[in-house]
This record gives sequence, C-alpha cells and structure tokens, in this order.
Amino acid sequence: MASAFLTLLKRDLMLALRRSSDWLNPLIFFIIVVSLFPLGVGPDGDLLREIAPGVLWVAALLATLLGLDGLFKADFDDGTLEQLLLSPHPLSVLVLAKIASHWLCSGLPLLLLSPLLAVFMQLPSSALPALLASLMLGTLSLCLIGAIGAALTVSLRKGGVLLALLVLPLYIPVLIFGSGTVVAAAAGFEIEAQLSILGAIFLLSLSLAPLATAAALRVSAE
Amino acid sequence: MAGACAHGNSPVSQALLEATDVAVFRGDHCLFSQLDLSLGSGQVLQVSGDNGSGKTTLLRGLCLFVPLEEGAVRWRGVTLPAKRDRYYSELTYLGHHEGLKGDLSVVENLRASASLSGSDAATLPAAVERVGLVNQADLPCRSLSAGQRRRVSLARLLISNTPLWILDEPLTSLDLHGKKLVEGLITEHVGNGGLVVYTTHQPLSLSGCDVQMLQMSDW
Repeated sequence: MASAFLTLLKRDLMLALRRSSDWLNPLIFFIIVVSLFPLGVGPDGDLLREIAPGVLWVAALLATLLGLDGLFKADFDDGTLEQLLLSPHPLSVLVLAKIASHWLCSGLPLLLLSPLLAVFMQLPSSALPALLASLMLGTLSLCLIGAIGAALTVSLRKGGVLLALLVLPLYIPVLIFGSGTVVAAAAGFEIEAQLSILGAIFLLSLSLAPLATAAALRVSAE
Repeated sequence: MAGACAHGNSPVSQALLEATDVAVFRGDHCLFSQLDLSLGSGQVLQVSGDNGSGKTTLLRGLCLFVPLEEGAVRWRGVTLPAKRDRYYSELTYLGHHEGLKGDLSVVENLRASASLSGSDAATLPAAVERVGLVNQADLPCRSLSAGQRRRVSLARLLISNTPLWILDEPLTSLDLHGKKLVEGLITEHVGNGGLVVYTTHQPLSLSGCDVQMLQMSDW
C-alpha cells in the first residue's frame, strides 16, 4: 500500500515537472492578484498594512481553487482514473497521494512566495511566521476539502463554477481563522488559539476528506 | 487458481464469475434485464451486440463501475461489492481509454500501473517485447500511434498476471499482427486457466478455447 502511495506521488510529480503550465498558472494568478493591490489602492502604507492579511489569504484561497479543477480531470479523460478505481489498494490512500502531490506543486510554491508578496503589502516582518504557519495549515486543508468537490464535478464538462459553489462555503472557516492568525500577529497578539483551530481543521479534513473524495470518485465514474 | 482447462460444453462445475438476473438502466431506459452469465476457469465469454446494446455497460457493471439496478455479480461465490479489493486484485480491465499518461514513457506508464495493481514489474521487459514495442519503450506515449498505445495496454495484461481479464473492444486500432497478438494472448491465458470476457465486432479465432457467446439482444 505504501509503495502504491509513493508510486502515484512520484508519477504525479513527474507529470507536473513535464507539464508545468498546470501548476504555474495558479501561482502566477496569486502573484498578479496580490501585486495589483498596491497599484489599485495606492502607496498608502497604513491602509495596505491593514488589508494585507485578508488580501494575501483571499488570493491564496482563490489560487488554490483555480488549480483544483484539474486535480482529477486529466486522469478522468485518459482513463487512468478507471485504473485507480480498479486498484486493490484502498482508494482513499491513492486519493491522498494525488492530493499530496497537488499540494507539493501548488501549495508549497505559494507558501514560499508569500513572504515576498507580504513585503509588497507592507506586512510587518513580525507577522511573517504567522503568515507562513497559517498558510501551510490552511492550503493543506483547502486542497483536502477541495478534492471532494473536484471529485464530484470531474465528469462534468464545465465543472469549474459548480466546484467553486460547492467548495467555497467549506472554505470560509479556513479563511476566517487563517487571516485572523495574521491579523493577530501583526497587532502583536498571541496566535496560539487561531493556529490550534487551523490545525484542528487540517486534521479533520485529513481524516475525512480522502474517504469522501474516494466515494465521490466512485459515483463520478458511472 | 485451478490449472485445469475446461474444454467442451460440459456444464461448469465451479463458476468463478457469476451474474444472475442483472438489469441495468440508463436513465429510464432499460439496457438489459434478467441477464445471467457464469464463467469458470479456462473459459471465454464473447459479448456481442449492436452499437448501443449495452456491451460496454455490461462490462463496466462487471467491473462495479456502474451500479446494477437488479441482480448480483459474484466472484468466487462472494456477492460483490463485498471483498471488492480481492476481486480487483484478480481482475484486469481494458476499456475504451488505454489509461496511459501521454507525458510518461511506455516503461514508466507500465511500471506505475503495475505498482497500482499490486503486481511486481519483473515481467515488464518480456511484456514490452511480446507486444512489439522494444524500440518505443522509452518514448512518451503521446508520440505513439493509436495502435501502439493499444499495444501498451495489452502489455498491462501480461504484467498484471490476474486470472480474470475484461476486455472492451481489444482490437480497436490494431493491425493484423495486433489481432493475432490478442488471439495469442487470450488463448494462452485461457490455457493457463484464466477467464476472459470480451466484446468485439470482429470475430476472433480462438482455437481450442471454450468460448461462450452472449448476444445482448437476447436480454
């Protein structure tokens, strides 16, 4: 089972390396959206600093959502999804491998880029660790939760909008506590409570989302 | 798996794959109902019928992709989907899509699918040679012709080494040699006590095999 997990993880990372547009597009979207704010709002440092946590978090959330549409689509189109369903290994484990590789290609680069964009937004450097920690737990949860929606809409021709409608309500708690962490850190408060809740959301989605995604894929394969 | 190859029309003593009273609907439209089939070790089932008669749906039903409206499918006497993982570890399905990644090479594709199906890739070089793709082994599947891609998926049958094969139109886009290859693969597999269910529009010459026919229009 572990070897199947690693095989699928390796296969998807290899595919991402050979076809970079799939994971680069959401990343470029993230950069563009955030860098438009200083231009649109003006160079007022105080205002930018005030809205920085919200802007960074909303842009990260939308970038994650943008990349999710393709999570199972290519596999569905070329028939490899059928082969995954026919694997004797638990489908939820295979699904977890796909989500992990998706996060490594989309969430991790986004995380690494965020300090640079935080400077754009005049976020105080004391809030950077909170931004990184909240984005790390947050994007992981967003990928896990979004995978359920991606699996439900994989057989639809234009499932993107429906995916957003299905998934966004579930994203709201992550957004609230994620940006709340950064706001608190920027104001010099303790962030333990917010991070604990983000951690709890991550663990909950880690344990339930692969099962729900696997069930949704079996329904979509009809 | 019992190694005996059942020749002739003697009644199947121990059916491994059985379907009883199966009905499948597409929306309100009934594709087939009260369909029975039973297949034992060393037997072949050829499913034939017109376009749209439900051949593919029947095979997808046997793979548990499509829920059955009525009836049951049993493997080794256990009604599916109980023990689904054991059933899947003994089944290889070849559908309309080859299930290959265009950006991966032939060998990379086969190695990944071997690991996912729980088989070891020791027979991989021999399988690639058997389907005649030695010179293409390191090419990305995207650059192969449709027939060559089909050959890659035939290599999967050899690597997976499972008793039950479910093949949906295995001859699609294959040349004459490819047809002979498929006939050879099926005959050998059945000779080793395997089971094959396939659909086709071109008759296959499977000498020495116990071939049952299933006409979709009868159900």
